[in-house]
Amino acid sequence: MITIIDYGLGNLGSVQNLLKHINIPCKVTSDYNEIEDAEKIILPGVGAFDHAIQRIDELNLREVLIHKAKYDKIPFLGICLGMQLLTRSSEEGELQGLNLIPASTIKFKESTGLKIPHMGWNFVKENTPSLLTKGFTTDYRFYFVHSYKVVCDFPINSILKTNYGGDFDAAIQNENIYGTQFHPEKSHKFGKQLLINFSNL
Amino acid sequence: MLLNRFIPCLLLKGESLVKTVKFKNSKYIGDPINTIRIFNALEVDELIVLDIEATPLNKEPNYNLLKEIADECFMPLTYGGGIKTFEQAKKIFSIGFEKIAINSALHYNIQLATQISDVYGSQSLIGVIDVKKSFFGKRVIMSNSGKVSHTGLLIDWVRKLEKAGVGELLLTSIDSEGTWSGLDLDLIKEITAISKVPVIAHGGAGNTNDLVCGVIQGGANAIAMGSMVVYQKKDFGVLINFPDQEELERLTHKKK
Repeated sequence: MITIIDYGLGNLGSVQNLLKHINIPCKVTSDYNEIEDAEKIILPGVGAFDHAIQRIDELNLREVLIHKAKYDKIPFLGICLGMQLLTRSSEEGELQGLNLIPASTIKFKESTGLKIPHMGWNFVKENTPSLLTKGFTTDYRFYFVHSYKVVCDFPINSILKTNYGGDFDAAIQNENIYGTQFHPEKSHKFGKQLLINFSNL
Repeated sequence: MLLNRFIPCLLLKGESLVKTVKFKNSKYIGDPINTIRIFNALEVDELIVLDIEATPLNKEPNYNLLKEIADECFMPLTYGGGIKTFEQAKKIFSIGFEKIAINSALHYNIQLATQISDVYGSQSLIGVIDVKKSFFGKRVIMSNSGKVSHTGLLIDWVRKLEKAGVGELLLTSIDSEGTWSGLDLDLIKEITAISKVPVIAHGGAGNTNDLVCGVIQGGANAIAMGSMVVYQKKDFGVLINFPDQEELERLTHKKK
């Protein structure tokens, strides 16, 4: 059973739909006790960093999320903004992130002539082998929408790289904690494969 | 390497899918859910669904239908039509659409763009710009499904939308829409030259070459397609289809 965290921000409907489609049981909740019992957690998220952190703190979920990830060591996946929340901080806001992966979130530089947000389908390449990306081939592509990017302190935590005005960390991992900048729930068969891998962890 | 996006743009009228020519003469195409299932199976890059009578008839978005659509789709989804308030936008996001497209409401309440982008991020908001040539050949900004015209320069409106928090533009040439005569490249170039955000060019695409021209010559990040993905050919019957994606990928990247 995968527990999808509902903190009022994020594409819960589509994550749920895709999991249903590939027969992976899931539930959506913002309840502390239910999260405490979770076997696997997905933290989705669309929107602004500070707004998301504020919501998590208002719902009093920071502690239980950190506990599940860091001490219970259950498989934990942050998607898009959900991945950025796993870092210590973001240039988009002033509040502290969940700090579960040694990394920070920074803005794409506009000076390079790139359109921001980085929006659309882009390829990924393996940086560090991971169970999350098992079976991926060079034609794997995913749907991205983001104006900020994650930079890992240590290259080993970066499991996939994507090129947009230079390589950035498209998927990250710290032991049982994972993050994808792209939206697997919106990436057809490629995203299905990733979520199947996650459910098999 | 970011791929250019080629996006079916589907028009809703009540419970039906229709296709127009120059925003008029809507013809019945079929059941939206069946059609969307086919596009999902074809693994298209993205889908845009526009309710063309929501604003003119002052109707609420058809949430039930949108929910059914979202349940079928594993690709990015955009909805446009009749959105006037933050609450409506919120409801559409919660259904499972990640972007909403707004035209009319922004002309009266540009603050709405800021309200939405502050909470959901600018990537969640598409500013729709419908453009029509006047009798004297001047470009006029239109809203309300092409029924209301606005004064002011396109360039100023683009800047205003971007400043208010719009993260993408859907640029439609009303004169080209549904005509199969090719995209309005001059219009597209004019906008892509000044916009900081991605531009989806729409109106007139009739074949693969038109799509490639829109990207290579026009500088569009994405092309929205209507007629060519719902009809077999010009003046032929309904056939839900999509151009060969590998070919598009090859053509749009080789020439850059």
